[in-house]
Amino acid sequence: MTAALYVIAIMALSVSLLKSKEKTILALKKAWKSFENILPQFLSILIIIGILLTVLSPEQISKLLGKESGWYGVLIAAVIGSVTLVPGFIAFPLAAALLKSGAGYMQIAAFISALMMVGIVTIPVEVEYFGKKAAAVRNIAAFVFSLIVALVMGVVM
Amino acid sequence: MKTKEARLVKRYRIFFLLVALNIAVLIFFPAVGSKSLQLTWSNLLEMMSILPPIFILLGLLDVWVKRETMIKYMGDDSGIIGVLLAFFLGSAAAGPLYAAFPVAGVLLKKGSKLSNVFIMLGAWSTTKIPLILFEASSLGLKFMLIRMVMDLIGIAVIAYFTERMLPKGEIEAIYQNASNR
Repeated sequence: MTAALYVIAIMALSVSLLKSKEKTILALKKAWKSFENILPQFLSILIIIGILLTVLSPEQISKLLGKESGWYGVLIAAVIGSVTLVPGFIAFPLAAALLKSGAGYMQIAAFISALMMVGIVTIPVEVEYFGKKAAAVRNIAAFVFSLIVALVMGVVM
Repeated sequence: MKTKEARLVKRYRIFFLLVALNIAVLIFFPAVGSKSLQLTWSNLLEMMSILPPIFILLGLLDVWVKRETMIKYMGDDSGIIGVLLAFFLGSAAAGPLYAAFPVAGVLLKKGSKLSNVFIMLGAWSTTKIPLILFEASSLGLKFMLIRMVMDLIGIAVIAYFTERMLPKGEIEAIYQNASNR
């Protein structure tokens, strides 16, 4: 996926260079400026993720979402999903392992949905672009949505 | 020169604070500290590999795509085409959610409708194609399909709800902020 992104970027850059050298240089300058603008927040997020993922390791998470569960477990799952930021290729195997170790589909659905849509850790970046109010509304709505997904999953699965 | 350095320190102060915190953790809880530094390092490598092409494409988009074009396809009157484009943009993208915000910034700057930008964000976070395939293989086709159908509805609902909840002044401030970038 990353390789494809590079191929597309290099192709676009070449076409742009053929059409106008000045505009291409301007584009690269803008690219750097917008990158440097958000870099402090990005770097801060990386450190927070590192610490959070160490404290809330996959083993810890599976302990919290054990067999007892119920709606309490769904809520915990959604909260853990909201504060963690795990890439999908780790999250899905983790979710599959949690299922095997006794967590229910509802808890897993809440965890996965909140993980993807709610981003407490990335809120500083979101606020930078959308302001506090929009970031709050979107994240709360996404949190409620992940509970709804859990509910539907509980009925259908 | 002095003020420039002061500004740099001010912008990075939270980052420096977190580095200091992590070093403190490393000293008092070596196991936790070194594990988290390791995670931060591997995440940094991932970030540095995925961000350059994204930002280059954004720079090119900023320079080459006219505001009128963006408004036509993703603006207030773009209708279903804008919605579909937003879903496609987000689903075809790569990278973690925080990489989606700069993309959102450029879309706003060029005059895309706010709800379409939120749809792009939602799609970026949940309906990425490789991720969906991966979900089906680890959690089963049925689980994936139920979630995907719900996600498609949920993303649109959250996008419109968020837009509706914001007062007009707030929305104007978001566009103002985006155009200053």
